[in-house]
Amino acid sequence: MATHYEAAVDTHGHTTDGHDDHAHAQGFVDRWFFSTNHKDIGTLYLLFSFVMVIIGAAISVGIRAELAVPGLQFVKPEFFNQLTTMHALVMIFGAIMPAFVGLANWMIPLQVGAPDMALPRMNNWSFWILPFAFLLLLSTFFVPGGAPAGGWTMYPPLMLQGGANVAMTIFAVHMMGISSIMGAINIIATVLNMRAPGMDLMKMPLFTWSWLITAFLLLAVMPVLAGAVTMLLTDKFFATSFFNAAGGGDPVMYQHIFWFFGHPEVYIMILPAFGIVSEIIPTFSRKPLFGYQAMVYAIAAIAFLSFIVWAHHMFTVGMPLGGEIYFMFATMLISVPTGVKIFNWVSTMWRGSLSFEAPMLWSIAFVILFAIGGFSGLMLAIVPADFQYHDTYFVVAHFHYVLVTGALFAIIAAIYYWWPKWTGRMYNETLAQVHFWWTLVFVNLLFFPQHFLGLAGMPRRIPDYNVVFADWNLVSSIGAFGMFVTPFFMFYVLWQSKRNGALAEARAWEGAKGLEWTVPSPAPHHTFTTPPVIRDGDLAHGDFAHMDYE
Amino acid sequence: MKAGRLKQGLTKQWLAGIAAMALPVLAWARAATPAVEPDEPVRWQLNMTPGITHTSQMAYDAHMFALWVCVAIGVLVFGAMAVAMFKFRKSKGAVAAQFSHNTTAEVIWTIVPIIILIVMVWPATAKLISQYDTRDSAMTVKVTGYQWLWKYEYLGEDVAITSRLDRASEAMRQSGRQPSLQELPHYLRDVDNPLVLPVDTKIRFVITADDVIHAWWVPALGWKQDAIPGIVNEAWTDIKKPGIYRGQCAELCGKDHGFMPIVVKAVSKAEFRDWLAAERAKNEPPAVAAPAPAEAAPAEAAPAEAAPGEAAPGEAAPGEAAPAAP
Repeated sequence: MATHYEAAVDTHGHTTDGHDDHAHAQGFVDRWFFSTNHKDIGTLYLLFSFVMVIIGAAISVGIRAELAVPGLQFVKPEFFNQLTTMHALVMIFGAIMPAFVGLANWMIPLQVGAPDMALPRMNNWSFWILPFAFLLLLSTFFVPGGAPAGGWTMYPPLMLQGGANVAMTIFAVHMMGISSIMGAINIIATVLNMRAPGMDLMKMPLFTWSWLITAFLLLAVMPVLAGAVTMLLTDKFFATSFFNAAGGGDPVMYQHIFWFFGHPEVYIMILPAFGIVSEIIPTFSRKPLFGYQAMVYAIAAIAFLSFIVWAHHMFTVGMPLGGEIYFMFATMLISVPTGVKIFNWVSTMWRGSLSFEAPMLWSIAFVILFAIGGFSGLMLAIVPADFQYHDTYFVVAHFHYVLVTGALFAIIAAIYYWWPKWTGRMYNETLAQVHFWWTLVFVNLLFFPQHFLGLAGMPRRIPDYNVVFADWNLVSSIGAFGMFVTPFFMFYVLWQSKRNGALAEARAWEGAKGLEWTVPSPAPHHTFTTPPVIRDGDLAHGDFAHMDYE
Repeated sequence: MKAGRLKQGLTKQWLAGIAAMALPVLAWARAATPAVEPDEPVRWQLNMTPGITHTSQMAYDAHMFALWVCVAIGVLVFGAMAVAMFKFRKSKGAVAAQFSHNTTAEVIWTIVPIIILIVMVWPATAKLISQYDTRDSAMTVKVTGYQWLWKYEYLGEDVAITSRLDRASEAMRQSGRQPSLQELPHYLRDVDNPLVLPVDTKIRFVITADDVIHAWWVPALGWKQDAIPGIVNEAWTDIKKPGIYRGQCAELCGKDHGFMPIVVKAVSKAEFRDWLAAERAKNEPPAVAAPAPAEAAPAEAAPAEAAPGEAAPGEAAPGEAAPAAP
């Protein structure tokens, strides 16, 4: 397909062919610390999240080492609670969310035909807040009293029994929140204002759609988290009694405020994954995404519903009966739009022409294993049953299925998918397949038995357990140890690719559609400095009736 | 413990653990006899059990119904994917169709799941309403969570007991050794003073805490409720089968959250009456004779449960415990 892409001429009048003297002229500090380039900032976010995923995984290895056999072998119970708390905070705020933001930074301008994000300097600050926030959070391990140990949910009164870590954690959370809010503003402004002419909203790639909606969720709920943790701070240091019954307050109010943030937060962590998978499956099925409009509306429906179901995290707190019934039904309703998405992905594959490169493998695994996580979520929504599941390993299994085999698998799929665009190199497909199959086996060894443990009666957040739970715990720990090598293996695969991978074409994947595939691989430092002429045939969701490509 | 000894011991422990897994004979090893402890978990347990109350049976039924619905949907969806992955491979020469939407299908697979949800939520609502109905109970037990033990007060009876992790478990967990089912079958699931309750009696619980949020959970009874300082939650149970039922704290409450188990000992009504009378007698103040026996008083107060027992009547204010759940 030899076509002429007008967009590929930059402001210097050169055709961009992978050499960009603008980037070479920048010093290292200028380029990486004072960046205003969405691609570099995207890279920074992804590198940061990679480091954090390793830290979070190392913490989880500590947890699973202690839980491998009954008895307390390695850590004291109070330190174990620090490990579980920090594992979650690092993974949620340091690994998953920044990775999705990094993908957004890289891909949204490319997908909508914009030269960069709307607010490039704020974009830089959004990133650079994060290393400082996590330095603060991780340093709590080394202060008297240790790291926070009240769970990532930080419930009072327990959280307030902490020492120095209380203030440090709260400040770190504030910084992360500011970063997310600024990032969300940037994404909304970019998508609403900087799409190239012809890129109508209902022609946008689903990844961009998913991020547009996620950005609204972030704007709505990060301030609520900030409010909740600020009230914790004032309760501890300024003699307020928001959550102290003796002073007229209510510990349960914290839970309501926290989960009003917390439930949309988990959808913030999964909607971009839906967008990614909706790009990859059509590419490797060589078939358009089934039901584009329904997919957009489903994401919007899920986002709306996510605001009105928060108390399903609190079914045992003593809510009035009417509240419990309402939240039960509203929570169950979310499975309807989610089901629509799953059926549409399967319908995309149906009667396609499928190939199974790494991005497709990760995406198919996402659909199946996220669905399993969704099933356990539906079961959890049923209150009489939840009275037995709540605060057990059944919940732990549920959220790890949706977050690890869900969100994380989608992130890995996206990295393998867009890698050729970012670097101009293909990765070694055999190595990538080894990475996939190894991970698939160990992640299921790690998390599936946790369903059984929860149903058998093992609570969460305990460092030691009755011997009768030992067998599945050992299986799960073996899974964890096997999982721990996978990020390093992935690094090796990508490193090899950068060093001597095969050169990639602009349209690196045969079935790929979208504006990002019209620029060269690797994408030049500046792209779409003049708006591209959009031909519907280039788009994944263009006007199919008038396809104007060969 | 020295690092070298620790490593050696650990390798042995892990190897022993792995070896034990391989012996199917041990799969049925249970120290508890089913008659005495009807609902103890077993090794390699896969599923929830129906428990020994109507509530636990409802939880189990709701769970199994939801599970089968999910299995059915999973078989359909994953089956379709498997067929697609096999039949429509490019390597087998499949040529892609180009259809991109079907509004009828979208409507169908929106409406049908809603119907399935209604079918699931209708009985679940009935079960939930029944679980909230604490009326007409024959007695009330006040449960208070502390860091890190439970206190049980029989409201109106002047009896209170504290319930802590038993000494053998405490010693084992401090030692760093690996416990075995033979040596300590109820490791971390045994207490010094169990909660004694009568069978075939509707028992109301009022649940609160003294410091941080805890949660009281006995799986065999079929429910858990958070124990929140400043709030009194309500629950009820009606145990059908005598026996010993074990549970654990189910809300992170600090360093020993995993070490404050719950043991319910369900006995016949007659046995319960006798036990209650004996407890009440224990708590009676010693007969006021001469002022001399300062030794007698401490001897009376020595058992751990007597002290809070004596304190309890003042606190419990029987009959005045505020029952309102928020």
